[in-house]
Amino acid sequence: MHGLVNRAIERFVRDTYGRDVWLETIRRLDLGYTEFEAMMTYEPQVTKEVLAALATRLGKDLPDLFEDIGTYMISHPDIEAPRRLLRFGGVDFVDFLHSLDDLAERARLAVFDLDLPTLELRDHGEGSYSLTVGLCEHHDLRLGRVVMGVLRAMADDYGALVFLEYRGASAGREVILIRLLETAFASGRSFELGAGGLTG
Amino acid sequence: MSDETYPSYDLLDVLCPMHAVLNASGHVVHAGPTLQKVFAGKPLIGERFLEIAELRRPHVAETMAGLRGCHGARLHLRLRDGVRTGMKGVLIALPQGAASLGPPGGAIINLSFGISVVDAVRDFGLNAGDFPATDLTIEMLYLIEAKSAAMEASRKLNLRLQGARIAAEEQAYTDTLTGLKNRRAMDHVLERLMQTEQDFALMHLDLDYFKQVNDTLGHAAGDQVLQNVARRILAQTRADDLVARTGGDEFVLILAGVTARARLSEIATRLILCLEEPVMYNGQECRVSGSIGATLSCAYETPDLARMMEDSDLALYAAKARGRACHVLYDPALRADPPLHGTD
Repeated sequence: MHGLVNRAIERFVRDTYGRDVWLETIRRLDLGYTEFEAMMTYEPQVTKEVLAALATRLGKDLPDLFEDIGTYMISHPDIEAPRRLLRFGGVDFVDFLHSLDDLAERARLAVFDLDLPTLELRDHGEGSYSLTVGLCEHHDLRLGRVVMGVLRAMADDYGALVFLEYRGASAGREVILIRLLETAFASGRSFELGAGGLTG
Repeated sequence: MSDETYPSYDLLDVLCPMHAVLNASGHVVHAGPTLQKVFAGKPLIGERFLEIAELRRPHVAETMAGLRGCHGARLHLRLRDGVRTGMKGVLIALPQGAASLGPPGGAIINLSFGISVVDAVRDFGLNAGDFPATDLTIEMLYLIEAKSAAMEASRKLNLRLQGARIAAEEQAYTDTLTGLKNRRAMDHVLERLMQTEQDFALMHLDLDYFKQVNDTLGHAAGDQVLQNVARRILAQTRADDLVARTGGDEFVLILAGVTARARLSEIATRLILCLEEPVMYNGQECRVSGSIGATLSCAYETPDLARMMEDSDLALYAAKARGRACHVLYDPALRADPPLHGTD
């Protein structure tokens, strides 16, 4: 598993529940370290253990935990990069939805060994879409619920009003139903092209 | 000035939103929406093009004829605005006489930010809609941002790894009991001195009577003596000298830049004196001394590490043979008359 994924989980716990909760959970797993390096690779098993331990510690179902992580990655003010990079996908939420087809490729351009699930959007007309979330290449963790969280936060970011529904998982994929109720429901957050990049 | 509009303007506005149409006198008569945004609040339409932008390459006369002569060539320009934004461009000279895509005898010039696009996007508050749908600027900005983020993460990892490496090296080069350097560190420093051909003195120092301390007062007392001795030796040496503990009660000192026998002799005498100060352990006095053998790199035609180690060691045994608590500087005569191997 790419360190960026583990690091995202770690940051989510630290920023949402505090340092103590994180240290307590990670120490219990006895991994020999308490911090993940974003640019290193870890065994997928480690990620699974961390997630299971967190679900227990926080008293949450894994699906809820996954969705919270997805939402956190986009909406927490301390981590700007994922939100900004996704906003490059489109000028409005519909545009953004269509850009999801290229997301795995785009991510590979930035970090070549970041293994994201393939996403496939189908437009059913009248603001109704379905997003198929495939499996990743190197691990069998189902990330559909994380994608749900990301979509929810991105809709907020664009100021769009959407209804999301998780339609279940089958052998190689998960399906999310997206119903776009209003594209300009709220003003959303601003996005300036030149605000990131060189300033890091 | 002709303010006739041409049907081509609509087309140009979509395909090349950063274009300007010049009339025969070189004045701007039309500009694409993005170029207008760049000039927001500043005069553009009706201005002489060469007064709002400077043509840096190719070098031609600053006239409309000069500009029209650049037909099809790659242009390097700089806006004459506050930030002096660099631009790339290409110009199409419009035919004289008959009306075509624009004013007869005029020109269409299309501009792009080239490499200064990152700054330009920020300076002029541009967004995705300001670039043509087929333009790769947005993808490029995405890549720059994504790569910068990834690079920053890598840079942080590198810094942490470097910190860990320095700590590990420090540990690998340190004798844990005394905090002095160890044999590895000594080898490393010696090699570097040889490579850079710097002169130094090499000194072997063995504690005398240390075994008695260990035997009568125990190893804890011995350890305390070693720690005390280490501190005293360090106090007698300079920061760029190296003091290594190479065995139980054996030390090697590398004294950088020392070339005089008299100087070396004086250092050795001082070291032995300071070792003889008793160490207190649980109210008991522990007394040790030291024997020293030493040699100077400058004494050799071409210094050889193995040879110097051997000579310095030989001098140490000579010192022990002379009754300990003294020092001997290596002399070839020692080889002619090798001392009996001293016992500790």
